Amino acid sequence: MPLTNSLRDDILASVPSLRAFAISLSGNGDRADDLVQETLLRAIANIDSFQPGSNLPAWLFTILRNLFRSDYRKRRREVEDAEGNYAKTLKTQPAQNAHLEFEEFRAALEKLPQDQREALILVGASGFSYEDAAAICGCAVGTIKSRVNRARSKLSALLYVDGAEDFGPDDTVRAVIGGNGGR
Amino acid sequence: MKEVKKQGGLNSEIQSRIGHQLRAMYDDVVRQGVPDRFADLIRKLDGPEAAAEIAKKDGGE
Repeated sequence: MPLTNSLRDDILASVPSLRAFAISLSGNGDRADDLVQETLLRAIANIDSFQPGSNLPAWLFTILRNLFRSDYRKRRREVEDAEGNYAKTLKTQPAQNAHLEFEEFRAALEKLPQDQREALILVGASGFSYEDAAAICGCAVGTIKSRVNRARSKLSALLYVDGAEDFGPDDTVRAVIGGNGGR
Repeated sequence: MKEVKKQGGLNSEIQSRIGHQLRAMYDDVVRQGVPDRFADLIRKLDGPEAAAEIAKKDGGE
């Protein structure tokens, strides 16, 4: 369909979640914003192939996801500079007591296989249905479900079993103590 | 308190913690809104040709 003003507004409205998706995938704020920019350019360059009335966010996420995957293959080796970059992208720094837990969670998320990570983010954070997530990833609904389940099991093992003493039910207590100038 | 259901070693409390952390991380970025660079970019693009042009200049395929 043609690029109407309302379509333009809808695309703009998807930018915050596209950025969140890109950062969750790449763990790197700068690269994430480049991905978003390229996604927007691709989307508008190919706007004629967007079906009016279909799911615009899902369409945009599909473009971003495919760009990320081709980019990721290209840059696999330099991916390790991600550490620390993520926090820099956050305008509202997490409170210090929450920061450690947050970093550990992010590190665990990065340890997931890419298929599982993207499935978990799409369903668990972006709020897509299993059906939409399957369409975005170009796979069957059952595949998405099993990837999400495996992602959850693995995160759970990484965060709550291996690190049981760090992430036990005393977490709130730990956060309170940690907030007292600790890090 | 929700029922704690074993599911391959996972219980619902851990599941909900993971969900909560995932959304907290994600929503933190969503709340930043639309950075100016993207608002400007979209404002500048009046159609597919303009987008293709910029993509080419940026070294995209």
